[in-house]
Amino acid sequence: MKSPQSMGMNRTGIDQAPEGAEEMTRAVQEFPPRSEGNERTMVQLRAPYLDTADPVGTVPLPGTLKGAAKSGMQKLMGRHDEVLIDKLGGRLAFERTGTRLYDALIGKYMSRRDEAAMLSLEQLQQFRAEEAAHIGLCWDALRQLGADPTCVTPMADTNAVASIGLMQVITDPRMTVAQSLHAIHVAELADNDGWQLLIKLARGMGQDDMAGRFQMALEEEDKHLAALRTWMEQICMAEAGIR
Amino acid sequence: MAINLLSDKGTPVDRQHFTWQDLVQKPISKMNVDAFTRVRIILMNGIESESVRFSHACARMNKELQGYLARVRRKEQHQQTVVNWLLPADQSPLETTIGYEQVAIEVTAALAKAEPDPYIAQVLRYGLLEDFDHLYRYAALLDRLQGIDANTITQGYTDIVPGRPTIDEHRDPLDDLREHYDKRKAAPLTKLHAYTILAGEHQTHDYYMHYGPWFSDPVARQLYAEIASIEEQHVTQYESIIDPTESWIEKWLLHEANEVYNYYSCVEQETDSRVKGIWERFLDYELGHLQFAIDVCKHVERRDPAEYLPQTLPNPIAYESHREYVRQVLRDEVDLRADGTQFVNKNQEPERSLNYRRQMNADGSPTETVAAGWRWTAGGELAGAKGLKEAA
Repeated sequence: MKSPQSMGMNRTGIDQAPEGAEEMTRAVQEFPPRSEGNERTMVQLRAPYLDTADPVGTVPLPGTLKGAAKSGMQKLMGRHDEVLIDKLGGRLAFERTGTRLYDALIGKYMSRRDEAAMLSLEQLQQFRAEEAAHIGLCWDALRQLGADPTCVTPMADTNAVASIGLMQVITDPRMTVAQSLHAIHVAELADNDGWQLLIKLARGMGQDDMAGRFQMALEEEDKHLAALRTWMEQICMAEAGIR
Repeated sequence: MAINLLSDKGTPVDRQHFTWQDLVQKPISKMNVDAFTRVRIILMNGIESESVRFSHACARMNKELQGYLARVRRKEQHQQTVVNWLLPADQSPLETTIGYEQVAIEVTAALAKAEPDPYIAQVLRYGLLEDFDHLYRYAALLDRLQGIDANTITQGYTDIVPGRPTIDEHRDPLDDLREHYDKRKAAPLTKLHAYTILAGEHQTHDYYMHYGPWFSDPVARQLYAEIASIEEQHVTQYESIIDPTESWIEKWLLHEANEVYNYYSCVEQETDSRVKGIWERFLDYELGHLQFAIDVCKHVERRDPAEYLPQTLPNPIAYESHREYVRQVLRDEVDLRADGTQFVNKNQEPERSLNYRRQMNADGSPTETVAAGWRWTAGGELAGAKGLKEAA
């Protein structure tokens, strides 16, 4: 397949149809806007929706007596462990999606190795395995807190919505390995920051053992990010003909 | 290419085969494809959608036709899948919406220009100015929500300026009804135009109803709600121009003939060789469906299909920019309004429509809100200042 950087008949710009663009400008002069205002006018329409919006969802009530007891203890100490449960649920969901993103990337790479010879299949598979292992880490942490790891927490939902585009890029056969790496890169950046925040949060909630386990996950995520950055740079430079 | 509707056999229905891989072919490139290829794909999806819709309605009212209709309908549904799945995943619902409105403008203008019945031509021009305004409103949304220039989809073929303001398009249902053509006197082209525009508008309505809730932004959700309501009015308008005394078999034959006409129009003008191959294949399939329906007409209904169908096809739908035509219609007819089935100046609009409009717009109109002060600029509103500097 052609490199995305290869020249072709891209028709999206005005230079491909300059006469059309000139005519459109003339039309705007003859038929100007009929209403006053600017983009801030839309703020007024959104305001009542913002004022009355319900939450997208809630953190579930503890489903076990143990969970209820732990939650009650934290509340007595002025802490809200539902925040930790929400973030952990979000992390768990993101690791699940991340594993699937790697599955899709590995599948594409197996058919398109010639596009990015510098990538290591072995490393990609290792990253995929580590993402999958992080699912278990979050699962166990949620169980330890007496929470239900199968539940979609609001943060999990936020991550799922934010990841839609990433999956669309990687599973699209027209998108190259390099373009797919860009999507994984976005995921890993968010993943990396997500773990850092989670570690701080767990420590703040007095969960030092849990934070220690998370620290190991972060170290693995750091390696993912570093490798991705290197591969992306190498591919980009190779495509540009820079050694 | 001369087509004889009554005798060309096409591909017989029992030799029309698909596989799942065949249904899902490579999509077009939203960036590299010519806008009119996208326009044809969107319209032909609507044409196939209408064929399936009609077939189900007909089956519900005609027990003896159910088996015949089911056999053809399966092919139509698979054809629709092939056509609609040509749209690529990186073309967002809002970008596709821009494509839908380009269809509504350029195809309606082509039909109105070629329409031999002056009243039907007027009906088409009336709808044209309303869809023309929708493109402007959606383009403002695309720019103000995502920072994308709608002209990346329309590619300079179509002006993006206000038409008959959508805020003024809301009418009492009785002012959406029109006079119908007379099935005995109407030119075949008039019937084909009516069936084509109805298919396109119905699909547009369904698309907006499907994707309106997909958006999270309240402005977008309201905008789709408002414009979908107008598309429903357009479906009411365009279905009423079709002679309701046509029999079920007559309508079936006209649907199949219209599909032949539309695929023929695509074959004649398609510039993308791969997509043209699909149009050619499905033109042959539709000729097969028409022959199948002709046989049903002869042997089940005991009628001569020549009573209902012309032998030859009119000139194809003109897939080209109708910029000057649309501008002139805008200058001449933007202030037209409907009073029952007739068109009047806006100062003669019936009270029932004014009342309805006041009610619907009581909390404001999203089409006004989204485009407040917005004008099309190459590269989008945010790039406007940069563009002006370049021009200087």
